[in-house]
Amino acid sequence: MLRIVKPKTKRAKRELEKRAPKLEENSKKLLLLHGTKTTASIKQVLSDFYHLRKEGGKAIKYTKKNDAIRPFEGGGETSLEFLSQKTDCSLFAFGSHSKKRPNNLVFGRMFDHHVYDMMEVGIEDFKSIETLGGGRKAAPQAGSKPCFAFVGEKFESDPKFRHFKELIVDFMRGEVVETINLQGLDRVFLCVAVGDKVIFKHCAIRFKKSGTKVPRVELIEAGPCMNMVLRRNREPSTDLRKEAMRLAPKTSKKKVKNVSTDSLAGKVGRMYVPAQEVGDMALTKMKGLKRERRAEAAAKASSLRNKSESGGGDVTMGEAENEFAGSPNKKLKSKGT
Amino acid sequence: MASEMEIETLPGAGGEHELDLGNLLVAHYRDPVTLSNGTAMSEAERDVEYVEQGRNLVQVLVDRLFNMPSTVDKTGRLVTLPKPSFQLPREKPLPKPRPMTKWEAFAQTKGIKKRKRSKLEFDEGKEEWRRRHGYKRVNDENDIPIIEAKAGDEPGEDPFLKLRESKKERVAKQDKNQLENLKRAAKQGGKGALPSTLQLAATSLAVTGGKQPGQKLSKNDLGDAAGLASTATASIGKFDKKLPGEKPAKKLGKHRKFLPVVDGQGKEKELITNVMKKVLAENDFSGLDVNKAVRAHNVEESGKPSKKVGGKKRAEGAFKKGGSRKGMAPSGKSGKKSSFGGKSGGKAGGKERKSSKR
Repeated sequence: MLRIVKPKTKRAKRELEKRAPKLEENSKKLLLLHGTKTTASIKQVLSDFYHLRKEGGKAIKYTKKNDAIRPFEGGGETSLEFLSQKTDCSLFAFGSHSKKRPNNLVFGRMFDHHVYDMMEVGIEDFKSIETLGGGRKAAPQAGSKPCFAFVGEKFESDPKFRHFKELIVDFMRGEVVETINLQGLDRVFLCVAVGDKVIFKHCAIRFKKSGTKVPRVELIEAGPCMNMVLRRNREPSTDLRKEAMRLAPKTSKKKVKNVSTDSLAGKVGRMYVPAQEVGDMALTKMKGLKRERRAEAAAKASSLRNKSESGGGDVTMGEAENEFAGSPNKKLKSKGT
Repeated sequence: MASEMEIETLPGAGGEHELDLGNLLVAHYRDPVTLSNGTAMSEAERDVEYVEQGRNLVQVLVDRLFNMPSTVDKTGRLVTLPKPSFQLPREKPLPKPRPMTKWEAFAQTKGIKKRKRSKLEFDEGKEEWRRRHGYKRVNDENDIPIIEAKAGDEPGEDPFLKLRESKKERVAKQDKNQLENLKRAAKQGGKGALPSTLQLAATSLAVTGGKQPGQKLSKNDLGDAAGLASTATASIGKFDKKLPGEKPAKKLGKHRKFLPVVDGQGKEKELITNVMKKVLAENDFSGLDVNKAVRAHNVEESGKPSKKVGGKKRAEGAFKKGGSRKGMAPSGKSGKKSSFGGKSGGKAGGKERKSSKR
């Protein structure tokens, strides 16, 4: 017997919808994990990466030791895949330390909660955000879109370095945006290939006056900065790669009603304005417009006229009354409609 | 990927570089001359040189971005970026289209199209516009205060209950259809074919254990389960210690019964005579009204039901000594209770039917 299992709360339903495969995907989330043995520097590396990505809940750091995770060994991925499923993360960084591979950091990606590819690097000469002061004065804004700069011939020729480049871009790029505020360009990930290492630096960008439209750029090391020795890596199989690189079919944009573009005004929208009921509008009432006052004023005027012309006062008075009999509201209404 | 990127010559550093404005990525695929020409440099000097290399690249990127058409905003200048050319893998496979339900498939073959219906409908009784479905809907069955009696109504039947039950039935049917459709979808397209918020899970029976969420075990179910458990021993629970207040197991089921080896009450004789009677009754037509049987037979042969209601039953009742209907039951099980004649009738009737089918 099978039965339908539905989420019991709206919240759970929303969560499931968030996690469902989409044509336009959410930006990837990063999961940071510790191995059985770690050093202070590898812990700091993990927490610095967490700091870089935590904006908008795009990073999750677990501090528990994981003895079941051995990414490059057969069967050592089960726990990793479970955690990826649980947290809905498709990127992971696993820090560990051993005699054979000191200060080891494994970067990896997931596709459909299965390991897609991985790269192992050794961390050397690590300078944390804290020691560098985060470029304190010009500290990059949390969650801002970073730039990437890759220097070195190996990033083109060596497949391992190419792989590294792809991973770093995927790990750090954050959300794909259509527009960017030029003032918001405030950080760059700089990678220089030297020998078998990559010099990895996270720098803050500062704009200086140059006298032209384009400012002069200055870089200040903001941390984390480190040298990464490339160790083992595992690239995705061609089949998996093909599957993961599949592009979403292009959707024709739905026609937006009542919006048009004008060469002069730009975007022009037509909107519905309900009929204005001017007649029922509450207006400030002036004393001078009260009926008694009006009548009085009219009487006065007529009496003055009587004095000057003498006679026929009653009749004019009656006429004046009739004239003002209609309420001011009614008059306004007829005007409004 | 790399080939899709823009390639330009970098004036300052010499050599080419790549730009991917969508990812704000700039790459220079030449080892820096200052670093590779072998001049001795201290660590600090090297570090400065790396940053300088990066600065040059970022300057190129900034040059391009600041020269792009921009719109002015309160917070600064906004630049529209092109799509990233450096393609990265997806994190999840592309969503699968929802498989068609049985009705949708049928409607497609028949060319039935969905008509758009307004959300509101005019309620004749209430004389106002109401929603078609849901709360405060048009012609809501729950709001009917009086149901007029019809000529065909059975006395003692609650028409309101009938309405409620029919609604329940419709809902149950819809649930069943939904489950069937989901099952079919899962079979065709795997896990990804189901809606993201739904899952199919196996349910377990109450007796075999395993919690069924949302459904409490009834007292009877518990009793049954306890009864089964208490008899699940080698001695069928005979030598087990009973708990204080434990009732004897319910629904023990039918077990084999053995006849006594030595029997003084003629039980064995009775059994044998029963068998004998059964055999003799096959050829005994003494209790048969032949005319009636022939008539019944003819009716069945022609395939026309007799004008009177229950012609077939009448045909069965053609046996004089059939007595009650029970005796006529085709299974013949209850024949044990009835008289010898009745029994023969039952058998004969069975035969009659068989022959008529041929």
